[in-house]
Amino acid sequence: MELSLEQKFQEKIDRDERIEPRDWMPDSYRKTLVRQISQHAHSELVGMLPEGNWISRAPSLRRKLGLMAKVQDEAGHGLYLYSAAETLGVERDTMFDQLHSGKAKYSSIFNYPTLTWADIGAIGWLVDGAAIMNQVPLCRCSYGPYARAMVRVCKEESFHQRQGFEIMLTLCQGTPEQKAMAQDALNRWWWPSLMMFGPNDAESPNTKQSMAWNIKRFSNDELRQRFVDMTVPQAELLGIKIPDPDLKLNEETGNYHFGAINWDEFWQVVKGHGPCNKDRLAARVKAHEEGAWVREAAMAYAEKQENRLNKAKTA
Amino acid sequence: MKNNDLFKYTLQLADDVMILGHRLSEWTGHGPVLEQDIALSNIALDLIGEARNLYQYAAKQEGNGKTEDDYPYKRDVLQWTNALIVEQKNGDFAQTIVRQFLFDCYHYYHLEALSKSTDEQMAFIGAKSVKEARYHLQYSAEWMVRLGDGTEESHARMQQAIEDKMHYFEELFIPTAAESRLVESGVAVDLAPIRVKAYAKLNEVIKESTLKLPEDIYTQQGGRNGVHTEHFGYILAELQYMQKSYPNMQW
Repeated sequence: MELSLEQKFQEKIDRDERIEPRDWMPDSYRKTLVRQISQHAHSELVGMLPEGNWISRAPSLRRKLGLMAKVQDEAGHGLYLYSAAETLGVERDTMFDQLHSGKAKYSSIFNYPTLTWADIGAIGWLVDGAAIMNQVPLCRCSYGPYARAMVRVCKEESFHQRQGFEIMLTLCQGTPEQKAMAQDALNRWWWPSLMMFGPNDAESPNTKQSMAWNIKRFSNDELRQRFVDMTVPQAELLGIKIPDPDLKLNEETGNYHFGAINWDEFWQVVKGHGPCNKDRLAARVKAHEEGAWVREAAMAYAEKQENRLNKAKTA
Repeated sequence: MKNNDLFKYTLQLADDVMILGHRLSEWTGHGPVLEQDIALSNIALDLIGEARNLYQYAAKQEGNGKTEDDYPYKRDVLQWTNALIVEQKNGDFAQTIVRQFLFDCYHYYHLEALSKSTDEQMAFIGAKSVKEARYHLQYSAEWMVRLGDGTEESHARMQQAIEDKMHYFEELFIPTAAESRLVESGVAVDLAPIRVKAYAKLNEVIKESTLKLPEDIYTQQGGRNGVHTEHFGYILAELQYMQKSYPNMQW
């Protein structure tokens, strides 16, 4: 019996082979990937803003260079990811339009403000830590260009995570004022970091299909649990307290039980009502609009050059 | 025993690249094109990296327990000796590119000569940074041409930027007394031949960009003596925010 295109596609996935841009794929697979990869790319781009906010105020030359390099890496990640999404037939400008109009989402974590230097440590430690949990399995994602982009992204993210932890460690070994700053940052970033894994499995209708397509390898709740289990001992090492009175080690499973996540807050921020949603989007729109003349000029110049070359050839 | 001239010269070179790098880093996350966001950040990283090498050298010369961070984070306006051009605001991308190109015209040839300094450490820093500065000059010159010879709007913005920034160019070639004394021993770079090379490059690129140099160029100066523009205090307010709010802590 002849297999349908869709059956052949699924068989390939089931053999854990990669799908490449020219391969046949179901529309829904393509759409899911475009949504996920562009969302991921947007998160890198918007994610530059809260940390970029501290570049001019970083406390030492070493920290300034480290932070600049980190934020620049995020721009690079955005670039790989937009390129990966482009292989699915969507232009970067279209994706930008979707971001700017609010149609496309980005990770809600970047809608929280960076108020003190410790926030730069906490973002590296927690936010990049959570991102790695999410992203390492994506290195084995069924879509080839995405998987390959993620290999590079993950290498850099793990460096960022260590850099963030090291900032926290320095604060925690510093003066009482510095340690309090670290504790405050943990208090503010802990719960939003847990929310980064998305809604509970029962509330996440797309997970099943994404797992069948090998886009996703683990459920939101599984990854969240791993993150908590990894992070609790690190907080103990730092000597600061995770702001969850219900946090408790389950001796039988070896997992940490944690308290209820405030999903109302999560959905409010997703809807655009987080503390920085408006500022973040406005900053992106401003950069894009104010850059329009630069992009137009570059195009015009390239065109002129091409004409000059053609003229020279025919002359 | 500290050589006061060398110490001053070291700080002056460091201050130029420190402040320009700081200014450029304000673009990070706000660039007109993602690729250019990355490129500007890259140049900023190179410049602050160079500043760091020079500040470390200054600290070594002082030899009294000072560190690389003491100079950028603990000196007030009057103690900074960078040229005025580097502290000018970013403005639009045209203003940033023109500021960068003018500085690169000086910086590249200056480093090339510095790499032959009779002072070993200066020669080392010069040789290390000149490779980066060659790329900076190539980058900013390309954008001078692309924007100068792009659209009507980009041309007008670039012409305006030239009008605004040219007055700060000449200061880069005026040696301080300490610098002149160091030229004799081959430690500092003689700026006269650097100026010739820089102007040649400038004229070449201005022509290719279809831009014009202003007819009436007057020279703004003062930075080398600590007399800065009004922008400078605000740069320090941000740069030194943590040191001022939380003095003497490790970060």
